[in-house]
Amino acid sequence: MIGVFLSVMRRDLLLAWRRRSDMLTTLGFFLLVTSLFPLGVGPEPEQLSHIASGVMWVAALLATLLSVQRLFESDEADGTLEQMLLSVEPLAVIVLAKVCAYWLLTGLPLVVMAPLIALQFNLTPDETLIACATLLIGSPTLSLLGAVGASLTLGLRGGGALIALLVLPLYAPLLIFGAGAVDAWRAGLGVQSHFALLGACLLVALAVCPLASAAALRIAQD
Amino acid sequence: MSDSQLSATRAPSAGVSLFHYASPQTFFPLAGKLLWPSWIAAVALTLAGLYTGFFIAPTDATQGDSYRIIFIHVPAAWMSMVVYLAMAFWCAVGLVFNTRLSFMMSSALAPTGALWAFVALWTGALWGKPTWGTYWAWDARMTSELILFFLYCGYMALQAAIDDPRRADRAGALIAIVGAVNVPIIYFSVKWWNTLHQGASVSLTQSPSMASTMLTGMLLMALAAWAYTIAVALMRVRAIMIERERQTDWVRQLATGETKA
Repeated sequence: MIGVFLSVMRRDLLLAWRRRSDMLTTLGFFLLVTSLFPLGVGPEPEQLSHIASGVMWVAALLATLLSVQRLFESDEADGTLEQMLLSVEPLAVIVLAKVCAYWLLTGLPLVVMAPLIALQFNLTPDETLIACATLLIGSPTLSLLGAVGASLTLGLRGGGALIALLVLPLYAPLLIFGAGAVDAWRAGLGVQSHFALLGACLLVALAVCPLASAAALRIAQD
Repeated sequence: MSDSQLSATRAPSAGVSLFHYASPQTFFPLAGKLLWPSWIAAVALTLAGLYTGFFIAPTDATQGDSYRIIFIHVPAAWMSMVVYLAMAFWCAVGLVFNTRLSFMMSSALAPTGALWAFVALWTGALWGKPTWGTYWAWDARMTSELILFFLYCGYMALQAAIDDPRRADRAGALIAIVGAVNVPIIYFSVKWWNTLHQGASVSLTQSPSMASTMLTGMLLMALAAWAYTIAVALMRVRAIMIERERQTDWVRQLATGETKA
């Protein structure tokens, strides 16, 4: 089981490395969306630092949403997905490996780029650290929930808008806990509970989402 | 297909089995029989509830007559949550027992649930203007009701996007169940995020903080909402049954008038 996990992850990382531009597109989207906000709401540093964590989180949600719908697409197109469904190895483990690879390729770069955006939005070093830490814990949950949406909408017409409608309501608690941490810190409250809840969400998603996603893939390829 | 053939071979009078009415063929006439009592109950309860609410119940000391929208707002909000739970329940039953009728029932419930969520939001906005001075506040219950409305929309959009009814049923069931797991998380996260809404007026553990005629009116309206939901869901599920089973013998017999439902 660990063997299949590692080999699927290695394969996905290798495939992504050979088409590096896909990964950069998502990152570019993240940077571009966050850079548009000051143009829209005005460049006052006070206001920007106030909305910074919310903007970063919403941009991360949208970036995940845009890229996650391609998670199973190429596997379905070349027949790999059918082989995965027929495999004796548990499908949920294969899905989990794919999600892990996906997160390393899109979620982790967002976390790494986040301090740059925090700089643009005039956050203090402490606030930057908290914002990045919430993204680090929260973005795997985004990827896991996104994988359920991606497998449900696999091969459907209007997939992009549909996956948004399915997954965005489920993202609401993460957005609240994630973006709220910086506000709580600024208000002088503890941020421990925010991190505990983000961690709890991650653990629940880790247990449920691979199974749900595997079930959805079986339904889609029935 | 196999379960309808199975139940067709069984004697129709042997109604002891839990699954007797799980086949569209046997459920269709039952739904037809339940339809009129539900409609009559819905109309009668609505009239009684509106009369009690608008003419008998006293004017509220602080909110004046504007509070009377509670007789529509609260039952709608209750039903929007109950219907989602019922939908997720039928989806789970369908996935576990592989019964087609359960999925039909849940897709018949979804539009009514979405309607209730919309009515709750709309009447809430109209109520908010005279009491809070604003149509919309980002308060916990309003926000989670809005997200519930989006969950209904997602379920219906996913079902509509899939042509194969079998796949549509199962995919919809999965997202309905995932949504049902998320509803409490959404509710508590939003509640924690912001709380401005007035406290709950009706609770099971405390004695009610409102006049008994108000409570009677609200309960009558809540029952009316139940009856309306049942009536509409039965009507819709009958339509879905005929549409999905149009190639079978019993629908053909129904259409040619050989047996009366």
